[in-house]
Amino acid sequence: MSNGQQAIEAAALRSDRFRLEREADWQKLEAIVARMEAGRLRKLSDEDVLALPVLYRTVVSSLSVARETSLDAATLAYLEALVQRAWFLVYGPRVSLWQWLGQFLSGEWSRAVRAMGKDVLIALGVMVTGVIVGWLLVASDIEWYHALVPPEMASARVPGASREVLMDTLFGNQGQDAKSAFAASLFSNNAQVAILAFALGFAFGVPTLLLLVHNMGLMGAMLWLYHGQGLTVDFVGWLAVHGTTEVFAILLAGAAGLHIGRSMAFPGRRSVMQAAAEAGQRASLVMVGGVLMLVVAAVLEGFARQLIDHTQGRLVVGGFMLVLWLAYFFAFARDPQRERTG
Amino acid sequence: MNAAARTGQRRNDRTRITVTPEGIALPVTLGSRGSRFAALLLDLLFISVLMFVTSLALIWMASGTFDVAKVQGGIAGQMLEFLTILWIAAIFLFRNAYFLFFELGPRGATPGKRMQGIRIAARGGGRLSAQMVIARNLLRDIELFLPLVFLANALGGGDMAAAGIAGAAWFLVFALLPCFNRDRLRAGDIIGGTWVVEAPKRKLETAMSVREPTQPAAAYRFSDAELAVYGEYELQTLERVLREDRKEALVSVQEAICNKISWNPGQGEERAFLEAYYTQLRARLERNLRMGRRKADKFAGEV
Repeated sequence: MSNGQQAIEAAALRSDRFRLEREADWQKLEAIVARMEAGRLRKLSDEDVLALPVLYRTVVSSLSVARETSLDAATLAYLEALVQRAWFLVYGPRVSLWQWLGQFLSGEWSRAVRAMGKDVLIALGVMVTGVIVGWLLVASDIEWYHALVPPEMASARVPGASREVLMDTLFGNQGQDAKSAFAASLFSNNAQVAILAFALGFAFGVPTLLLLVHNMGLMGAMLWLYHGQGLTVDFVGWLAVHGTTEVFAILLAGAAGLHIGRSMAFPGRRSVMQAAAEAGQRASLVMVGGVLMLVVAAVLEGFARQLIDHTQGRLVVGGFMLVLWLAYFFAFARDPQRERTG
Repeated sequence: MNAAARTGQRRNDRTRITVTPEGIALPVTLGSRGSRFAALLLDLLFISVLMFVTSLALIWMASGTFDVAKVQGGIAGQMLEFLTILWIAAIFLFRNAYFLFFELGPRGATPGKRMQGIRIAARGGGRLSAQMVIARNLLRDIELFLPLVFLANALGGGDMAAAGIAGAAWFLVFALLPCFNRDRLRAGDIIGGTWVVEAPKRKLETAMSVREPTQPAAAYRFSDAELAVYGEYELQTLERVLREDRKEALVSVQEAICNKISWNPGQGEERAFLEAYYTQLRARLERNLRMGRRKADKFAGEV
């Protein structure tokens, strides 16, 4: 007779015999859990990985039996803690970063965008309004230009600048090196703006809308400036190279913020908390995508715009990017039935 | 559910019951505000150190580049630009990805949280998904970084009055949010559908009733009536006293029990006496438990 069996038979209480018979399994699970928590996944054998869900269920059933038969508080507390630790692992985010990225790119992202279609439309409307408002404000009173466009950003692009000066800001930079550092700082800045637009959705979306209007008003004001010198198309081309991607990203960030705000204001039959959490998770997917788009935009701005020095080419690149994004988001709705209900 | 609520005295206003997919109720303890604040400070400290070290390393590399520049002009310029990009990317990542990276890991906690013994979990006991972690950390930007930058700018610009008050108010609204809801959620927790809980960690302790039975312990025999005076609450108190094993506590508990059941307390054998009483009381209560009769404490009848 082995030592362990002797101990089991010597135990006076049935609940202690129950514990002694099973504690080897418990400790095995604890060891696996401890190793997984420490992130030493490579040292884990395949057997252990396969054993985890089985041992987890064993310990769960031990706990529910122990609750009904044992009054050993220390054992119960230990089992509760162990079940909880294992539960975090068994039901944790178990996809690796790469798997997640794969799922994200191959459908989750565009599905999340489509799920907030109404918010995208609202954000688009608000942004167009912002451009028009910016234009009209500056057209009615030139002082507005300085209010809308910060001076360090405007530099030469101020009301009263000649056509040549404005032309210079649009063309003739291909001699310079590609401005990669500039592009990186632009990206960092834009990404922070996009995150802000998203995060402000928390206040029922109102600040998100204000932020969108303000940013687009700036664009309207500059559009007005170039229009005054007959450079509208050239300015649009200059902007379109990266702008179709960048503005799209900001549009999506704004829509994501709005989505949260709207879900909290009109939760329907769900509780506000639940609505906020569901919307927040969907919106965060869109946001990660938005940041990726901003990376693309920064690359286009830093390199492509310097390389292509004529309006036609710029419009083609910008238009192509726009079609690409639209197709990616909206052309592959694979399971429309499920999406409508989901 | 009832069983979970009974199993200990460590329930308090921070305890929440979640139900796992297997249908078992698990008590979770929400992280205290103090430990969360401390964890945040620690993480900010780590981030600052990381940023500082990265900056130093890049500056060191840049100074190396200047030596090269004396020989070859063109390449050095590109090198500097490359280093600038690296720096911008690193700062961006430290600010936005530090929390993400650690909270997506198997521990669900940043180093600061780990040191404080807390972790994040899905509210209500669901699966913690990557989206939740991303959402809760994107919100950190408006909760923490933006108002702080805003405040710093206001202080630096000398225009303290309006902007400073606005920044402080902004900061306080979010910082105090966990004090004004039951589950201590900050804005990011609300949007992400998460909460912060204490990370459970507990060693399996030896059962008090299966120690090598010392000879004197076997000598104590209590009658059913003598055991019937106490319930589960007293049993757990007794278990705690035995585990803590403090002489004066043992003596006073033995006296209390002996008063109750009219025994004469023997000198110097408190532990043996209490272990025997504990084992027999537990045997009795568990026997009744199997019959479906529970006795919560000494005041309760057996139901």
